[in-house]
Amino acid sequence: MTDDTIRRVLDAHGKLRVPASGLDADADLYAAGMSSHASVNVMLALEDAFEVEFPDELLTKQTFCTIAAISAAIGTLAAVPA
Amino acid sequence: MTDILETGLTPLEEARHGFRRELLDAGLLIASASAGVYGRSATFEAVLTGLDRVLTELTAPLNATALRFPPVYPRADFELTDYIASFPDLSGVVSSFEGGDREHRELLAAREAGERWDGYLTPADVVLTNAICHPLYATLRGRMPAGGGVYDILGWGFRHEPSADPMRMQSFRMHEFVYVGEPDAAQEYRDTWLDKAVDALSGLGLPVTPVAANDPFFGRAGRMLVSEQLRDNLKVELTVPMYGDLHEGTAIASANCQRDHLTAAFGIRTAGGEVAHGACLAFGMERTVLALLRVHGLDVNDWPLDVRARLAL
Repeated sequence: MTDDTIRRVLDAHGKLRVPASGLDADADLYAAGMSSHASVNVMLALEDAFEVEFPDELLTKQTFCTIAAISAAIGTLAAVPA
Repeated sequence: MTDILETGLTPLEEARHGFRRELLDAGLLIASASAGVYGRSATFEAVLTGLDRVLTELTAPLNATALRFPPVYPRADFELTDYIASFPDLSGVVSSFEGGDREHRELLAAREAGERWDGYLTPADVVLTNAICHPLYATLRGRMPAGGGVYDILGWGFRHEPSADPMRMQSFRMHEFVYVGEPDAAQEYRDTWLDKAVDALSGLGLPVTPVAANDPFFGRAGRMLVSEQLRDNLKVELTVPMYGDLHEGTAIASANCQRDHLTAAFGIRTAGGEVAHGACLAFGMERTVLALLRVHGLDVNDWPLDVRARLAL
């Protein structure tokens, strides 16, 4: 459920070279074509989709480097189902 | 002239105002109604010209291609730089009037009534150049020659950050030496020329310190970009203590790895077909002149003989 929403956000904002549905949860999103600036848009769209706000300490490249990492980060925040 | 900028100041702000006042009193800078927008005296320009010759001699081994661009460049290229995403607060876009007589009459009526007339203007297809290497990247679309290219860019930059600190001007000159080519060579270029810049500026009596730095990316979105820039040590600034212990020092030059940020956006590839990387050595011309004035004094006739000789003063 969470991962599906993350993939949807990635398809809309990640500027990936391939559909996010074809990526493993631990595939490197930056290697798949996501730029730093695209990751910013992904971050903002994730906040909207999950109604969460990433705290400053999570605003790093590592937080958004894989679907699994994003999922884990969102899991630590307010558990609002998308 | 009463200075509207001087009210309720911290010690650091007082020091900045004091330096600004000294520069104005000495006639080196000429104030305008806008903070951070100054005229320059002949003496100020003589130091800047001398500094520029020092930098040109320093970088002669690069055999850089010298290019000069005007202080505006196309909005379409500005879009590709992502500048408006990273630094909306520093941007400056040009607007002009594209209406007819009727709209002009409305504008004049609004102006006569003391209202804002900006709304009658339309964004033009140019923006103010914020980073003087951006117009260069727009000219390099396609494949670079084997070994990449090195470019010598001197021009005016604009940053919308009005300040009483003379070190923070809104309109200023940069001299940049830009490498575009192989990723490994870009990193090596940055590191090599950072060291040479330290030596050259130290040779002018400037106590420069290399400091890992980040650009002032805007807002929460900017925090992510800052964390990456710092973690990967992409930007190193050469700072000079301008205000004693009140401040950790102000950057007068920087050496940066842009990686593929601009090259990917502008479609610039290496001879081998990979996305090229960019790196640059950038000198803030006014800031370096001001650092020289701070360190050696406001009367250039009293500067150390070797520094005067180097700057041909």
